[in-house]
Amino acid sequence: MSIDKSTVSKIANLARIKVTEEDLDYYAPQLQNILSWAEQLQEVDTTGVEPLANVSEITLSLRPDVVNDGNIQQDILANAPETVEGFFVVTKIVE
Amino acid sequence: MTSKLLSMSVTETLAGLKKKEFSATELIKDHIAQMEACRGLNAMITETPEQALAQAAESDARIAKNEMRELEAIPMAMKDLFCTKGVRTTAASHILENFIPTYESTVSQKLKDAGTITIGKTNLDEFAMGGANITSYFGPVENPWKSKTSPEKKLVPGGSSGGSAAAVAAGMSMLATGTDTGGSTRQPASFCGIVGVKPTYGRCSRWGIIAFASSLDQAGAFARNVEDSALMLKVMAGHDAKDSTSARHEVPDFAALMKQDIKGLKIGIPKEYRVDGMPQDVLDIWNKGAEMLKSAGAEIVEISLPHTKYAVPTYYIVAPAEASSNLARYDGVRYGLREEGKDLQEMYENTRAAGFGAEVKRRIMIGTYCLSAGYYDAYYTKAQRIRRLISNDFAAAFEKCDAILTPTAPSSAFAIGENSDDPIKMYLGDVFTIPASLAGLPGISVPAGLDDQGLPLGLQIIGRAWDEVTMFRTAFALEQAVAFSAQPELIKVA
Repeated sequence: MSIDKSTVSKIANLARIKVTEEDLDYYAPQLQNILSWAEQLQEVDTTGVEPLANVSEITLSLRPDVVNDGNIQQDILANAPETVEGFFVVTKIVE
Repeated sequence: MTSKLLSMSVTETLAGLKKKEFSATELIKDHIAQMEACRGLNAMITETPEQALAQAAESDARIAKNEMRELEAIPMAMKDLFCTKGVRTTAASHILENFIPTYESTVSQKLKDAGTITIGKTNLDEFAMGGANITSYFGPVENPWKSKTSPEKKLVPGGSSGGSAAAVAAGMSMLATGTDTGGSTRQPASFCGIVGVKPTYGRCSRWGIIAFASSLDQAGAFARNVEDSALMLKVMAGHDAKDSTSARHEVPDFAALMKQDIKGLKIGIPKEYRVDGMPQDVLDIWNKGAEMLKSAGAEIVEISLPHTKYAVPTYYIVAPAEASSNLARYDGVRYGLREEGKDLQEMYENTRAAGFGAEVKRRIMIGTYCLSAGYYDAYYTKAQRIRRLISNDFAAAFEKCDAILTPTAPSSAFAIGENSDDPIKMYLGDVFTIPASLAGLPGISVPAGLDDQGLPLGLQIIGRAWDEVTMFRTAFALEQAVAFSAQPELIKVA
């Protein structure tokens, strides 16, 4: 496994983070180091071991199926960079 | 008068308020003054003195009517990861620099309802990602402690809850909230000579705490002593319908139950925690701590946690994977920073490039890689399987002991700038706190002594899941035996 600049570029695209050529030089060796250090996990025999996703042995409970959004449209919009008439505004998507 | 109010315990303060030896307003004013005097430490991102004084007036009215609440007027510092209604909450990130929540986190609401008064929102590592509080967009926090041998050095307070730990250590607040994903409450408590506790995963509601790694994140408590931390955790804990992972377990009266002696308790010493290159001071304090617990009537037993060496790399797959997913929400649309672009995709990319700092980007990218097609099983699923083995190690160990004693961190506080060139070196600072986090177990750091530089070192006690009582009991016994009384100069001269 090797993390070269083109791999970092692909990851950054998946993560929606713009990276410059300089960024690629900076992150490639770091990500490479971290992931090769994590390679030691491969030496552990995990045959038949179930992945542990949640340590709390809590079964999720159900709530009553009722509208409970609190009718707080203004609160939800309060921190938006741009809004118009109760909507979030983004750059035009459909020509 | 000033210095006395700044170093009292919660119990003493409540008694003093009740007897009208001082008022809530005087108490809060003194702490605000100390916060202002300590601005050089950069422990606060947002100070809230007006709000605090208004609340203090309410507290005084309650005290006059004999209607004191559990933690009436106790000065609190709130980690800036807890959403506070109407008060800017930044996660120490540029991307949330101007975010003003319209709601209050469950834990901060509970603390407020119990009477505590928040004097400010504390600095932290950006999105709680870091172990030295040097990744904050608002600059690093300085530890109030100074090294005897090189007093000119500015030391880190630990992280990620560095501002909270520094605030309590410097006498700015009596209590502070933290969060703990891999050690972010326990490790800064050790670096700052105070108590820091992370409860069992699910003990406190995570609702309104800005998410980092959801299967690991828990609220934490900082205090000047074990009893205060137990009183605070009791208020913070409990089921919350808004967090489906918060447990319905009854919350015990930790502070009342912890005073029972520890005769007959079995304390485990994990042999794998004697890591290479650990400073002699850390080893000595650990051995001394075990001796003290033995003298108090406990039985010391050697235990084995065989997968310890894999805990840190496991964590650095699991936590970034969850972070990359959690932080996908910061897209410049609904809240937070927006940097325009020619289309939507470019707007996302520009926003996230400008809004996140280097460590956060590093972790998002590691996480994205580990979750991407073709690598998911090799990294993420593999790490989750090893997480199970680590959890099983603890389960087996707790067949032989009732609590586990370890150092909290492999070193005392280091200088700002040290270790920052090498992410892995920094990650290894959490080598003793991460295993319990992966297993969801409660842990507490108690100040246990000073090293040869005169800097505090903590010992960690790990308990069984949901058995914070035994953890607090052991911590209290250790605290009594250590009788730690050192304080940084800042608080002495007040």
